[in-house]
Amino acid sequence: MTMRVAVTVNGTEYARDVEPRLLLIHFIRDELGLTGSHWGCDTSNCGSCVVWLDRKPVKACTVLAAMADGRIVRTVEDLERDGRLDPVQQGFVACHGLQCGFCTSGMMMTARWLLDRNPDPDEAEIREAISGQICRCTGYENIVRSVRWAAQNPGNPEHPAETL
Amino acid sequence: MLYMQVPAHVEYERATSVDHALALLSRPDTRVLAGGHSLIPMMKLRLAQPEMLVDINGLAELSSIKLDAGQLRIGALARHADLLDSALAGRHFPIFHDAERVVADPIVRLWGTVGGSLCQADPSEDLSAAFAATHATAVIRGQDGDREVPIREFHLGPYQTVIAQGELLAEVRVPVAGPAKGGSGSAYEKVARRVGDWSVAAAGAVLRLDGKPGGNTVIAQAGIGLTAVGAEHFVAAEAEEYLRGRAPDDESFAAAGRIAAEHCHPVADQRGPEDYKRHLVAELTARALRRAAGRAALAAGRAGRKK
Repeated sequence: MTMRVAVTVNGTEYARDVEPRLLLIHFIRDELGLTGSHWGCDTSNCGSCVVWLDRKPVKACTVLAAMADGRIVRTVEDLERDGRLDPVQQGFVACHGLQCGFCTSGMMMTARWLLDRNPDPDEAEIREAISGQICRCTGYENIVRSVRWAAQNPGNPEHPAETL
Repeated sequence: MLYMQVPAHVEYERATSVDHALALLSRPDTRVLAGGHSLIPMMKLRLAQPEMLVDINGLAELSSIKLDAGQLRIGALARHADLLDSALAGRHFPIFHDAERVVADPIVRLWGTVGGSLCQADPSEDLSAAFAATHATAVIRGQDGDREVPIREFHLGPYQTVIAQGELLAEVRVPVAGPAKGGSGSAYEKVARRVGDWSVAAAGAVLRLDGKPGGNTVIAQAGIGLTAVGAEHFVAAEAEEYLRGRAPDDESFAAAGRIAAEHCHPVADQRGPEDYKRHLVAELTARALRRAAGRAALAAGRAGRKK
């Protein structure tokens, strides 16, 4: 049995007939083809699947697509606006915030959310914010530096994240 | 597409009101879906296999945190992050902020709910002991109205509560006692193997002290909750009884810790052997009591200065 799920993802409304048991991460990746969000541990431990649901980060392996019906989702694909990278993305480039890249989209979605609430987080606040996400490459040092870089280079004020 | 873990087939309904939710929940094999951060993992593992999920995330009336008639009222749908961010809750019961800081991780705390934690009734879950220490009351709504159950009678065992088919946990009420002469304070202390993990053991304490600020104080009432160590209803009743009327000092707290350790029932598992868990209960109970007493003294000092 399927149900109609309509979700506004990155400003575009999508509707699909899916099973109620479909997880949001699979809806995003397989139904919508937005594969920037990664499917990792499947147990809400690793945070590779973090997207925003109604403007708050969520581990998309642990919510149903049905729960997002009528709501707003934002994924990593939306960080770039008009060909311009979000300062968080620029920070990850500038500070080598990734190696294999598997955790990166989730890390960046959490970082963007953190900076929207706290534009100048210190190292402890950044580490706390990403404490539910796992990176096996960087030892986190460069991720923390990348988020600090973004805080110091807030960039493009005419495209604040709230305009989604 | 081959998926590693997905829930089994299930029906999904979104409740548009509490009454609607209660009507849906009167069907057998139905589960409430709030944050879903315990239920969905259980469904992936087939540890839960409901016929239907009733999504209550739209029921905003169940998510408020407010002070009313001498009670801190916490809606069942309040998120962990809401309780952690609530200055009101933190002012009256710092134990909730201590506990919420160590529940899972910041992203999970944005979605997981207070009511969901209590109803999941996981023996290692932190809020059950915190609410037990505060002598809270669960308000359970059914189609015939509300019933109130002391949180110390709410859990029937691991993953089991008194909530029946057709009922919904609506809110938790925590009595805010009037100003104690010696102040009142609370705290929660947890040991986990790594950040964000379940407790190996944890202890929560609420102290109400009698006596003059700066003079001799005695413990008027102590509430002690224990997490993950097989304490009946998450309570260290013998240690609470021991403390009544005693001085709030290190000696009393250490003795209370020893009593709590003696009377709980931890089991050896991947988080540690039984004797280690008993050691933690003794130490964490004493630490939580010390911290609660320190906060009570501060509160009494503040009340004294206002006069």
